[in-house]
Amino acid sequence: MADGILVRGLNAWFGEHHVLHDIGISMAPKAVTALIGPSGCGKSTFIRCLNRMHEVVPGARVAGTVRVEGVDVYAPGVDPVQIRRKIGMVFQKPNPFPTMSVFENAVAGLRLSGVRERAVLHEAAERALRQAALWDEVKDSLTKSGTSLSGGQQQRLCIARALAVEPEVLLMDEPCSALDPIATAKIEELILELRSTLTIVIVTHNMQQAARVSEATGFFLLGELVEFGVTRQLFTNPRDKRTEDYITGRFG
Amino acid sequence: MTPGVRRRVNVLMSGLAAVAAGLVILPLLLIFGFLLWQGASAVNVDFFTHLPKPVGEVGGGMANAIVGSLILIALAAALGLPLGILGGVYLAESRDRHIPWLARFLADVLNGVPSIVIGIFAYTVMVLPMRRFSALAGAFALAVIMLPIVMRTSEELVRLVPASLREAALALGIPEWKVLLRVVLPAARAGIVTGAMVAIARVAGETAPLLFTAFGNRFWHQGLDQPIAALPLQIFAYAIAPYDDWHRQAWAGALVLIGLVFVVSLAARMATSGRFTGVR
Repeated sequence: MADGILVRGLNAWFGEHHVLHDIGISMAPKAVTALIGPSGCGKSTFIRCLNRMHEVVPGARVAGTVRVEGVDVYAPGVDPVQIRRKIGMVFQKPNPFPTMSVFENAVAGLRLSGVRERAVLHEAAERALRQAALWDEVKDSLTKSGTSLSGGQQQRLCIARALAVEPEVLLMDEPCSALDPIATAKIEELILELRSTLTIVIVTHNMQQAARVSEATGFFLLGELVEFGVTRQLFTNPRDKRTEDYITGRFG
Repeated sequence: MTPGVRRRVNVLMSGLAAVAAGLVILPLLLIFGFLLWQGASAVNVDFFTHLPKPVGEVGGGMANAIVGSLILIALAAALGLPLGILGGVYLAESRDRHIPWLARFLADVLNGVPSIVIGIFAYTVMVLPMRRFSALAGAFALAVIMLPIVMRTSEELVRLVPASLREAALALGIPEWKVLLRVVLPAARAGIVTGAMVAIARVAGETAPLLFTAFGNRFWHQGLDQPIAALPLQIFAYAIAPYDDWHRQAWAGALVLIGLVFVVSLAARMATSGRFTGVR
């Protein structure tokens, strides 16, 4: 059952520091949701709560309900490893594995979970790299180091790596903040192509980017979700004064 | 400061730094040169293939000591490297506050324990119960010396692996132990190998802990539970003997010992440079 992402009463802490306050949000399946807000407002922490990556940080804690595509992510007995397999993640800085080739990076998720058959791996690598719009650029250099690619290519390699395990959801944490405008445009194009098959949540500092790629946008401020709604409406006719101040550049 | 003065100060400081770097490697070059001068004449085929001759006879070699040293180093590495690397991984990965702190502190203390004391320790726990000097006791003493070096360098190098790599792997739905084994350790491999080499080079020349553990032997290797020859021991014995021919052989032994360390380091470096490497 595809029902997107449903969050109720989500609170998160780093040690004593309360960073997310009572977040409630419901994101549509097979759509792009953008999260904007000033640095340190909790948007990255929020998406890291969706795939249980928040708890990887020592001292980090979460309370509340998160349902992703019908699965209660924080139910007792749920294995975070299984959750993360269903929910892909792309990080701010491209982080291909430096000891692996382009090919090995693309299928790292499969190889490290025990898939050995070369035919399966090759097929998955080509599919994922094509999905990430990288295949034509790297098909002749699959054995080169993943870190030998350009920054933009590395980020698309990371997207391919996330897609190769066929997740239902893709979380992107400022995926373009380390890239130049051309590489950024390629990633945005890619997001628009992927949204028919995946539920995508993208954190971004770039409001134009949020406007270009997303159907819905949420505005975070000081650990609270101030406003959430249809992207066009949030940018043209925000309901909250604080949202208006932020998108018109009065602070942040 | 005018540009002219700044340029002159810059040249001066760069020059001083270069001189300092030169002074640091000077002792090694001097040692190498001196050993070549003194020992090269005694290094011949016999030296590598023959046993020591009885007292009074000229000639013979240190083949048994070369083989013995290789056996001791291999045994010590087989014992010390896995333990040290795993221990280092624990220190780097553990979220506990107290045990790693204590282990780190004790490792640093162990690193500072004089090697002769480690020899006494090995004598007490290995030689006395077995009632004989043995290759095993010698290797044990060397392994104990290697442990803290390997553990601390492995820890540092595992720590140097960027957290972003670990997170990338965890976010792919890979269990933590596999992330460590297949992503973190390979990324730290080149550095861990360097640390292992440093440890091996260090113990290859250790003499004191072998004096009453491996003991030395004038014959070929006779089993791991028997006394075994080792280059540093043989060098020591020959250097304090009153015969000129033995002195020449001691110099040759020292030259071979350094050559051995050099070759092992080079081989390990080459073996790990083929593949894409992560942190160095």
